[in-house]
Amino acid sequence: MKARVFVTLKPGVLDPQGKAIHHALEGLGFSGVNDVRAGKLIELDLADGTEDGAIEDMCRKLLANTVIENFRIERLEDA
Amino acid sequence: MNSAVIVFPGSNCDRDVAVALEQVTGRKPAMVWHRDTELPAGTDFIALPGGFSYGDYLRSGAMAARSPIMRAVIDAAGRGVPVIGICNGFQVLTETGLLPGALMRNAGLSFVCRPVRLKVENSQSLFTSQYDSGEQISIPVAHHDGNYQADPETLDRLEGQGRVAFRYLEEVNGSARRIAGILNDAGNVLGLMPHPERVIEAAHGGTDGRRLFEGLLETVAA
Repeated sequence: MKARVFVTLKPGVLDPQGKAIHHALEGLGFSGVNDVRAGKLIELDLADGTEDGAIEDMCRKLLANTVIENFRIERLEDA
Repeated sequence: MNSAVIVFPGSNCDRDVAVALEQVTGRKPAMVWHRDTELPAGTDFIALPGGFSYGDYLRSGAMAARSPIMRAVIDAAGRGVPVIGICNGFQVLTETGLLPGALMRNAGLSFVCRPVRLKVENSQSLFTSQYDSGEQISIPVAHHDGNYQADPETLDRLEGQGRVAFRYLEEVNGSARRIAGILNDAGNVLGLMPHPERVIEAAHGGTDGRRLFEGLLETVAA
């Protein structure tokens, strides 16, 4: 089975990279972009039957720094 | 003083800090590889050096914080052994949870590499006893992720407990309250972004970092 982990900065945490991307978009003439936040997508290929709790544990222990980041797990249908 | 310098793949200031420790203490530190699981017996000081451990993959310091030797370092810190984390070492300390907060990308997005003016906010710690409180010193920084952030309650607690050891006197990286270095609750763990080991002799262009190691020697050897 596969799962995707989305790691994003918590609301209110300053995101200098998002800001730079925002400026670059404006520089290219894209108007109407109110804000940009950058995050990470981590794809996991897991043994069948891996439980949600185990994936959450991975997120808390390594994949996300919960001081500044939130994470969201998305299980993908078995391909 | 029996010091240990932890060496991660991608550390690049491990030898600098080893030279500083040897010059000041007269004893060569043990260089301890990240895959080791124990510190040499009798280790009474631990340094986590600067560099780019594990290529800064995932987050700066994230992989190093989970390497085998860090369990021994966390145990030792819990027993009161002094631990310093310089630059990447500071990032490792926040990732282990030994120090609160996180070090994020510099607000200006650029790598900052220059001497910066610092104020010694707490001269009572075992790392800073050779400085005067409020003293202004100059120590170089060299980092991309030195933007210290923590929630307001944590910042207030750090300030209230005298745990802000060093503060920038100029805008460097966007750090909350211009924090450059902090202590843990017990006072035996210091993390700082500036590199004191790079200014310990006149040939370096400054000696403001030397007293940090001299202070340690005095406290640890006492």
